[in-house]
Amino acid sequence: MNMSRHHISVTVNGNKREADVDSRTLLVHFIRETLGLTGTHIGCDTSNCGACTVILDGKAVKSCTILAVQAEGKEMLTVEGLAKDGKLHPVQEGFWEKHGLQCGFCTPGMLMTSYWLLQKNPNPTEEEIRRGISGNLCRCTGYVKIVEAVQYAAQKMRQPEAPVPAR
Amino acid sequence: MAVEAPVIHEMGHAIKRKEDPRFIQGHGNYVDDIKLPGMLHLDFVRSTYAHAKITRINAEKALAHPGVLAVVTGKDLEAAGLAWMPTLMNDKQMVLPTDTVVYQGQEVAGVVAEDRYAAADGVALVEVEYESLPVVVDPRKALEPGAPVVRPDKNTNAVFHWEAGDKQAVDKTFKEADVVVKQDLYYPRIHVSYMETIGCVAQFDSIAGKLTMWMTTQAPHAVRTVASLVTHIPENKIRIVSPDIGGGFGGKVYVYPGYVVAAVASIKTGRPVKYINDRSEDHQSTAFGRDWYMTAELAAKRDGRILGLRINTTSDHGAFFGDANPSKFPAGLFSICTGSYDMKAAYAEVNGAHTNKPPGGITYRCSFRVTEAAYAIERIVDILAHKLNMDPAELRKKNFVPADKFPYKSALGWSYDSGNYQAAMDKALKKIGYAELRKEQEEKRKRGELMGIGISSFTEIVGAGPANTFDILGLKMFDSCEIRIHPTGTAIARFGTKSQGQGHETTYAQIISEELGLPVDAITVEEGDTDTAPYGLGTYASRSTPTAGAAAAMASRKIQAKAKKIAAYLLEAREEDLVWERGKFFVKGSPDKAKTIQDIAFAAYTNHPPDLEAGLEAVHYYNPPNMTFPFGTYVCVVDIDRGTGEVKVRRFLAVDDCGNIINPLIVEGQIHGALAMGFGTAFMEEIKYDSDGNQLGGNFMDYLIPTAVETPRWETDKTVTPSPHHPFGAKGVGESATVGSPAAYVNAVVDALSHLGVTHVDMPLHPWRVWQILKDKGVAL
Ligand code: FES
Ligand code: FES
Repeated sequence: MNMSRHHISVTVNGNKREADVDSRTLLVHFIRETLGLTGTHIGCDTSNCGACTVILDGKAVKSCTILAVQAEGKEMLTVEGLAKDGKLHPVQEGFWEKHGLQCGFCTPGMLMTSYWLLQKNPNPTEEEIRRGISGNLCRCTGYVKIVEAVQYAAQKMRQPEAPVPAR
Repeated sequence: MAVEAPVIHEMGHAIKRKEDPRFIQGHGNYVDDIKLPGMLHLDFVRSTYAHAKITRINAEKALAHPGVLAVVTGKDLEAAGLAWMPTLMNDKQMVLPTDTVVYQGQEVAGVVAEDRYAAADGVALVEVEYESLPVVVDPRKALEPGAPVVRPDKNTNAVFHWEAGDKQAVDKTFKEADVVVKQDLYYPRIHVSYMETIGCVAQFDSIAGKLTMWMTTQAPHAVRTVASLVTHIPENKIRIVSPDIGGGFGGKVYVYPGYVVAAVASIKTGRPVKYINDRSEDHQSTAFGRDWYMTAELAAKRDGRILGLRINTTSDHGAFFGDANPSKFPAGLFSICTGSYDMKAAYAEVNGAHTNKPPGGITYRCSFRVTEAAYAIERIVDILAHKLNMDPAELRKKNFVPADKFPYKSALGWSYDSGNYQAAMDKALKKIGYAELRKEQEEKRKRGELMGIGISSFTEIVGAGPANTFDILGLKMFDSCEIRIHPTGTAIARFGTKSQGQGHETTYAQIISEELGLPVDAITVEEGDTDTAPYGLGTYASRSTPTAGAAAAMASRKIQAKAKKIAAYLLEAREEDLVWERGKFFVKGSPDKAKTIQDIAFAAYTNHPPDLEAGLEAVHYYNPPNMTFPFGTYVCVVDIDRGTGEVKVRRFLAVDDCGNIINPLIVEGQIHGALAMGFGTAFMEEIKYDSDGNQLGGNFMDYLIPTAVETPRWETDKTVTPSPHHPFGAKGVGESATVGSPAAYVNAVVDALSHLGVTHVDMPLHPWRVWQILKDKGVAL
């Protein structure tokens, strides 16, 4: 197997990370094994499941379908970077509140896709949410509660100042 | 000092799950997340043939590849006496083949390398030469004389013959009948497709002589015992850990060859070895569900009264009989096939066959073949309704086991604990607006539109089980809970089960809260580590709440009994004068001078009665007196596109009865998920093989599982009929909807087409299949 090593530098969840990778190393393996960020999962080998979804330069991508070298110089957000200052991101809150997860394996990918969906469309209809997450498979939830989770997050993100009920 | 009463969140509260914070922040700990120093990777060369002699394996090039350390073959394992391993059904299974492969995708050689890329390179470099052998993929053909014999170590493809019921009595009902219906029903082979594929990390510590396996298993204790019996490693030197599991649904009960090879590789190399299936490997080699060819017959009176049921089945078990059943039940609990209906006689027969396909059978949330049984009875009852020109709801009502007949002894010998089938159906029909839907259907038919309404009124059987009936390789199917209350009033509870997403950390804590009055947040729930958890048979077939949940209540009650003694000592009162109100004891009439469970916990370690042992803990191994029998009525409304054959599920209402509910949010989630799996079964999923045994549908491109786009917005409701024998009246629920829903979907589609003379369509009802029928009937656009 002929391959060369490449030095790459990627901003991951706000921190600059550098490493040498093989030309064939998949981005998802770079994230999980080189960076040790195991929240990003691998659920298939045909780019169907979306468990590996991360945000790369503002766009949701399936990190199993991209080479690590293609991330060179880019900014990446993984599930580990969603919560800030000890506070959950509204999509995380939504999934928790609405029981949008069971085994949790699809969840990081679902969260990242939902995050991106709400960046593009802050007020999606149910139909738009369903289409928006159709590249992410979940075998546990039957999706209704995921849809509700995204709706919860959308609501919360549109009204960031809304007082949080005490209980 | 005035202390605000803690929020307890006992049973019945729809609280958020305790396990979720780690999952939503990317801090779950799944097998593939485990990384140990010096860890190697194992990958497999898999058979490209369904049946062949291996004439040569040449590993030279692979071994020369940088990073590849070893190539393990069946011959290597044979030398260690490990080329075969026992299955859960008293058969044996190849770990790696020594000379013959028996299905496509079977592991042929394991490649051990420094990293996963090098291992995959090694796999590509191993040269295997095969001499193909004749193949059989249809179990009905496999049982014909002259069929190719699948197993090199057997001379027949017959696996078992099982029957239940009184054949003569059933024959008699068919003679007495005014009307008889008969239907062939194929329940296709499907794959559970948990989102996390199977895998393990094996670590052998040569100094301690201890083997630790982190693995995707739903039954860690049983795995430990069997591993010890097979390898002769003492059981205290084997530790099985199930970390977080990304869905199991039955597919992770099995012990797969890769686990054994990983353990051997770790023992041989002295380094930890990780093995994780790729999705396509997983699809092509791990356990399937169903593949069950049934012929169902029903005998009835003209007024719709059902007299007798007969079902003959040929079942496919692949090359090895390794179903994850209780060992004495080769056909699982298929004898629940009389379902919700009171009938005089029934007879069921299953003939199992080997084929050149992977082993398995009990997966995909089937409650040990209850799915097949429920599908058969719910389909054939609809066919009878159609034949009698009766409303399918009416026919069902006429034959329901009446509420006053419980406990009810079924024609095939089960003793149903409790039920009120009529109530669940009434609620469902009212809520969905059944009468109006029928009217709408009539009008639509006049306009040539295809709309159907499908009903399924299923009965489940879960919670194995009474230990004298149910065992796995002799291990009785009880389950366990151990609770320790710490001095400061918090607790740890450990269980013999293992959640794969069912939310045990929350549910079990709520049970203990209910019983002891400790706040849910004060209770840590742990499962899955055989070094710490009490022995149990694991989580599958909806058994956790009926067994380990019950054990949690019983262990709590033991603690409460001791707490009472301590309280009596602290209050200087007699035990019989004490009153328990959730979380505290007080002397009758003086609730203001109560001793809380927290006070008592502290006293248990600091100031306990001199004649009493210190500490506040208990363990309970719960042996259920009977199974629990959840039930429900599901109604599905579909519209069929005459241009494309696409079926749109417009509405789906599930009215479930699982007895008393611990956490309504989690129960609803379980039902939703199983409805979606049933949807996949009914409309999308099938693993097919061509006549050479090539698997068609071996990855997520070719095997479609439902996305958010196809699945409807589920509607749910409930009735509550507690189990009379369960400590807090609960029943299992995880599989009700995979058991109950497939028939509802199919009944709806057939109902939409019934005026065209269609009486049955086999699953999956994908657009092409439906469109062909529309074309045949001259209604395709
Ligand atoms: S791992 Fe399935 S899409 Fe990336
Ligand atoms: S929560 Fe298990 S796959 Fe989505």
